[in-house]
Amino acid sequence: MSEKEIKNLEEIFEARIARDEKIEPKDWMPEKYRKTHIRQISQHAHSEIVGMLPEGNWITRAPSLRRKAALLAKVQDEAGHGLYLYSACETLGISREEMYEQLHTGKAKYSSIFNYPTLTWADMGAIGWLVDGAAIINQVPLCNTSYGPYARAMIRVCKEESFHQRQGFESLLTLCKGTPDQKNMAQDALNRWWWPSLMMFGPTDDESTHTEQSMKWKLKRKTNDELRQQFVDQTVPQAEILGITIPDPDLKWNEERGHYDFGKINWDEFWQVVKGHGPCNKQRIKDRVSAWEKGAWVRDAAIAYAEKQEKRNQEERKAS
Amino acid sequence: MNKESLYDYILTIADNCLILGQRLGELCGHGPSLETDIAGTNISLDLIGQTRSFYQYAADIEGKGKTEDDIAFLRLEKDYKNCLLVEQPNDHFGYVIGRQYLWDTFYLLFLNELQNSSDETLSAIAKKGIKEVSYHRRFSGDWVKRLGDGSEESHLKMQEVVNGLWPYVDELFDMTGVSKELIKQGIAVDLSKLRETYFKQVSALLEEATLEVPERKYFVYGGKKGVHSEYFGYLLSDLQYMQRTYPNMTW
Ligand SMILES: [Fe+2]
Ligand SMILES: [Fe+2]
Ligand SMILES: [Fe+2]
Repeated sequence: MSEKEIKNLEEIFEARIARDEKIEPKDWMPEKYRKTHIRQISQHAHSEIVGMLPEGNWITRAPSLRRKAALLAKVQDEAGHGLYLYSACETLGISREEMYEQLHTGKAKYSSIFNYPTLTWADMGAIGWLVDGAAIINQVPLCNTSYGPYARAMIRVCKEESFHQRQGFESLLTLCKGTPDQKNMAQDALNRWWWPSLMMFGPTDDESTHTEQSMKWKLKRKTNDELRQQFVDQTVPQAEILGITIPDPDLKWNEERGHYDFGKINWDEFWQVVKGHGPCNKQRIKDRVSAWEKGAWVRDAAIAYAEKQEKRNQEERKAS
Repeated sequence: MNKESLYDYILTIADNCLILGQRLGELCGHGPSLETDIAGTNISLDLIGQTRSFYQYAADIEGKGKTEDDIAFLRLEKDYKNCLLVEQPNDHFGYVIGRQYLWDTFYLLFLNELQNSSDETLSAIAKKGIKEVSYHRRFSGDWVKRLGDGSEESHLKMQEVVNGLWPYVDELFDMTGVSKELIKQGIAVDLSKLRETYFKQVSALLEEATLEVPERKYFVYGGKKGVHSEYFGYLLSDLQYMQRTYPNMTW
């Protein structure tokens, strides 16, 4: 194709997105669109499955059968999210093995929030309330993103995430209405998860790269800072209902802006964790790699078995 | 009807669901593939759901104001009546699958009988469980075939699993905790009637999976009498951790 022809295709492509048409796997797309989507969707998929680890950590210790069942169901949902997102990403011409390889070697990122440890039962509530809550704010706009398979996966994912968020809040509310030990546990969880949750929206707008392109492709509709503000505004009244204190002395309502003002995020910590030096980065990757390596014989067996079956079927067909 | 013996009887069923569900819960996020992780979690979830129905009923029958959680979390080790098979550790995926298949096959036969129980609640729980456990058994049975008849390595591993778990299968039919009275009243299942079909079904699948069926001797019993394995105390310390550390609270 000549440069001019490509240019022409690109114009048609951008116009389709501007008209709110969905791009489907078989459609022509610019290489950069494909690459950006592979990066973002695989990163999202990895976040879902790495996110199973800190929550899976409490399944065996859940305090009641009802909570155990709810946590199992939640972690199972996250695995399902991982599955749809990997499938959506595969439509862009990358295999699941390649994506895993990128995760295991540190080439692909996942949400940094999962590099923090889950130390008490209250962390399960805090993750549902804050982490799923932040994820929803990030993801609702993606239900209208330009890439069809991603948009459709997001619609399904968002429904479940809002259920997780309500469930997390309800679980914390039970603690807050409980004994002083339980309420302290909830407060301690909020203390540890608050700032990392604010970091989930990424760097501030002036430091954030490739935002403009992402806006055009509807991978983004609002900026990081706008989304973060939305999260703070939504969450503060909920903390009031719980009766626990957000660990930010600078947090206060700003009448003029019609928003909450909040304190400065520790960006050094943010970058430290992003670069792989958070409290649990090594542990999370080690767990994923070990699950993958220990499962190799199982996956090989399944392939060998499928091949034998195929052969048997062929022989049967020949015989009949 | 003797309340106490019915209460005990329900525990001899439900403790298996609880303990196996707990074992499977350890694996979440650590399996060989996302698909098997999802299936394992799903089976665990079904088992915990069944546990709850059984324990709620047991608590009702006992009538002392206990909850399902009191029964699940606040007993001494010797008061859990699950069989030894379900508490065996998750050494590797082959063990998870082998344990699951050996249990599912029994449990499905059992529920098929229990649905005819003259006790309406038990019959209703069984009916609901049959749907779930049929799926579990298909999943575990398919994987026994894949691993047994897969690669050379997986074949060897799976044979080792079958040999390793075999001593625990006969306890499934041990009548400890099942009173003759309950059987006579058509409430409880006569386990001895399931044995032959069980071994027939398991042998057929193992053969299909190109695995050898171990000889039928040297079986081990104990769990149903409350005499568990060394692994069991560790499982309980996780299971009971919150309820023991923070007693008498609502979660
Ligand atoms: Fe999710
Ligand atoms: Fe998500
Ligand atoms: Fe979620």
